[in-house]
Amino acid sequence: MPQLKQLPAHLIGGNFLLTETSPDLVFTPEDLSSEQRLMAETAEKFMDKEVLPNCEALEHQEEGLAKKLFRQAGELGLLGMEVPTEYEGLGLGKTSSLGVEGQMTRLGGFGVTVGASCGIGMQPLQYFGTEAQKKKYLAKQATGQWMGAYALSEADSGSDALSLRTKATLSPDGRHYLLNGTKMWISNAGWADIFTVFAKVDGQHVTAFLVERTFPGVSVGKEEHKLGIKSSSTRRLILEDAQVPVENLLGGIGKGAYIAFNILNVGRFKLGSGVTGASKELLKVAARYAMERKQFGRPLASFGLIQHKLGEIAARIFACDSASHRTARMFDAVMETGETIDSTTPPFPRGLDEFALECSILKVACSELVNFAADEALQIHGGYGYTEEFPLARAYRDARINRIFEGTNEINRLFIPGSLLRRAQKGRFPLVAAITKITKELLDMPPLDSGGEDDELALAQAFLANAKRLALFGAGVAFQKFGDKLIEEQEILGGVSDIISDIYLAESAVLRTLKARKAGRNWSVMADLTLTFVNSAVGRMEQQARECLTATSQGDELRAHLGIARRLLRWSPLNAVAMRRRIAKRLCEVGSYPALVATQ
Amino acid sequence: MRREELKILVPLKRVPDPDTRIRVKPDGSAVDLDGVKFAVNPFDSIALEEALRIKEKLGETEVVVVTIGGQECVEQLRVGLAMGADRALLIRSTDGLDALAIAKVLVAVYRREQPAFVLMGKQAIDDDSNQVGQMLAALLGIGQATFVSKCELIENNSKVRCGRETDGGIETVTVKLPAIITSDLRLNEPRYVSLPGIMKAKKKPLEEVGMADLGLTITSRTQVLKLEPPVRRKAGVRVKTVDELLAKLKNDVKVL
Repeated sequence: MPQLKQLPAHLIGGNFLLTETSPDLVFTPEDLSSEQRLMAETAEKFMDKEVLPNCEALEHQEEGLAKKLFRQAGELGLLGMEVPTEYEGLGLGKTSSLGVEGQMTRLGGFGVTVGASCGIGMQPLQYFGTEAQKKKYLAKQATGQWMGAYALSEADSGSDALSLRTKATLSPDGRHYLLNGTKMWISNAGWADIFTVFAKVDGQHVTAFLVERTFPGVSVGKEEHKLGIKSSSTRRLILEDAQVPVENLLGGIGKGAYIAFNILNVGRFKLGSGVTGASKELLKVAARYAMERKQFGRPLASFGLIQHKLGEIAARIFACDSASHRTARMFDAVMETGETIDSTTPPFPRGLDEFALECSILKVACSELVNFAADEALQIHGGYGYTEEFPLARAYRDARINRIFEGTNEINRLFIPGSLLRRAQKGRFPLVAAITKITKELLDMPPLDSGGEDDELALAQAFLANAKRLALFGAGVAFQKFGDKLIEEQEILGGVSDIISDIYLAESAVLRTLKARKAGRNWSVMADLTLTFVNSAVGRMEQQARECLTATSQGDELRAHLGIARRLLRWSPLNAVAMRRRIAKRLCEVGSYPALVATQ
Repeated sequence: MRREELKILVPLKRVPDPDTRIRVKPDGSAVDLDGVKFAVNPFDSIALEEALRIKEKLGETEVVVVTIGGQECVEQLRVGLAMGADRALLIRSTDGLDALAIAKVLVAVYRREQPAFVLMGKQAIDDDSNQVGQMLAALLGIGQATFVSKCELIENNSKVRCGRETDGGIETVTVKLPAIITSDLRLNEPRYVSLPGIMKAKKKPLEEVGMADLGLTITSRTQVLKLEPPVRRKAGVRVKTVDELLAKLKNDVKVL
């Protein structure tokens, strides 16, 4: 691979672990333009008026309804935001589409229909297609006339995606590839007009193809009976000598892995940032019920354990939302440089690949948050929550898939430290130098001290600087011990991954709040949300650090390592009870998450 | 034959979003606007929608949106442009003006723009005053049709036939243009602000004009003394018999 150009430090994937980031360099929800907000409002109104009143009918897959709504969304411009204007899109970036996607996923499975088409379905074509392919297919999808789908998984090939068996063989006349195989769990399969299908040319080179539904030899199986997202179509895609014209081969023979994985990076970002819209909706539903429902003569919202739930969900949303916006802007900034990676023909934008690690962090954290939010919102509803009379039972089922698709959370957890190691090996990321430096520092001298500071946000920043050193130190110790066999120590990798994720999320929340404070906004609620998250993250990090270190070293060495971890994670616990109560009280006053963090 | 261009003036007001929970400041001096989301007054959106439908039907129509207020009102003008208005006008004012003052500013705007007619919301959902349209017609000495739920241009666009929602039913009136027409809820359902519309709006003309440029020095004659949230409705009680009901009405509620 030719040398990649050096990007500014804050635009390098994973760089947050190595340096401190200035709040000025971080994009926050407060920085959204009025146009961007207005776009999200259009999506909100469309959901309120067209989609949510039809939730039941969608859930029973009423003939033609999902496709009709999909077209309507296309006409409003909601499906092609990131598509270039020459293909009838809006030519905007992720900072613009984020708010719209957050609305589409609020409740029910319509967001999955939209995401499977506009995200992983259409983006392989957008980023890896030739001019002619894009002319033929992209505008149709950007405007909602056609629905797209992504077909990678197979019965025996899920997480181990590249073990797929679907074959592509050139026809004797050289005009078609004949595809044979069955793709499993394909979102939108029942309705899609075009599929991005991955198959092995000559049984070995993973390659992507654009497959129209009406090509001879293409059919779909029966609707799967799923736990949730019942309103989205999920079927097998069956390819029996499916005739795909050679001009529909995408990105070159054997380039399928680049396409599959880079598109999954974007898909993970979109899943994470989008599904946080569902978490916000669940928090609203939970808060409003908690205010209305009275027991012992008092609204539920007046009880501490209910406030605990509301406060905790809100704090986690704040962290995830801050990290999503931060990542969206970094992504757009790298896309705007026009930098490409020429592993495929034509080359693909570097932006797709640069923030793979951050995308995985968001995928894991936001999908786990929405499950937590659905679970606790249901719990607040008590017996009512368990019935179909309220939207929680469905939301609870719908949330579950998010930990599975777009790469399971387990695969993503392994990927987070794994991608750092791979980049280090390729010379793209100075991991080894950083680990060596930190290990030496730590053995020689005490960790950074925040001194007598009483500004809690500054203390949180100092804590996170030490936590970064801990993550690198832990990774270094594990690598020293296990070397190339570290890949078999999944529990350790998972632990390191969780520490790295908490650092990114917490830091994004801290930087957002510092930026708001600097801009003279009312930042007191933001500070409570941030510090609640940081305070909980400290406990999680301690637990992970202990587990990882005890699984790595023994005896005196272990004691020394644990001592370092203890010193690095020094943190004066804050009164989280009081903070969550304040958050919950304010949330109930203003009625929703967006209003909770809206400041002048 | 080229039809002569018709100009419709649509005033828009920036108001707290109807879904926002309104909180009065503890001292009762004003509504607490910290963190409040703003929107175009829904009745004004209906008026704009009607103007846009007329434009789509007739072609050769210019729809101008106008608002009076600070820089923040540009947001609502952009919404109007994104819906499909051709041009926007911001009359800069930092004072909170009452209905008559607003009507006087609109008189100046009307004289400057010379529209065929004005389509506006019957009232704004923030102060619910329902006065500006009527005052504007009176000050200009032209006709008015208020609470309109149906609107149709007739006789070569020289008149508008309107259905008015009254307590007794729908009253049909015809007004000669120019006139002031104020929209009721059921006139139409406003379109979505499409994303391509939002992109196009950025390139449409938005002019800012000061009060002095219009030759105006206007002050409000009314003053808001105090705001109070409505008294919270108390929970009802269930009575077992008619006698008990009568007793409660006599002794507790004291309405009999």
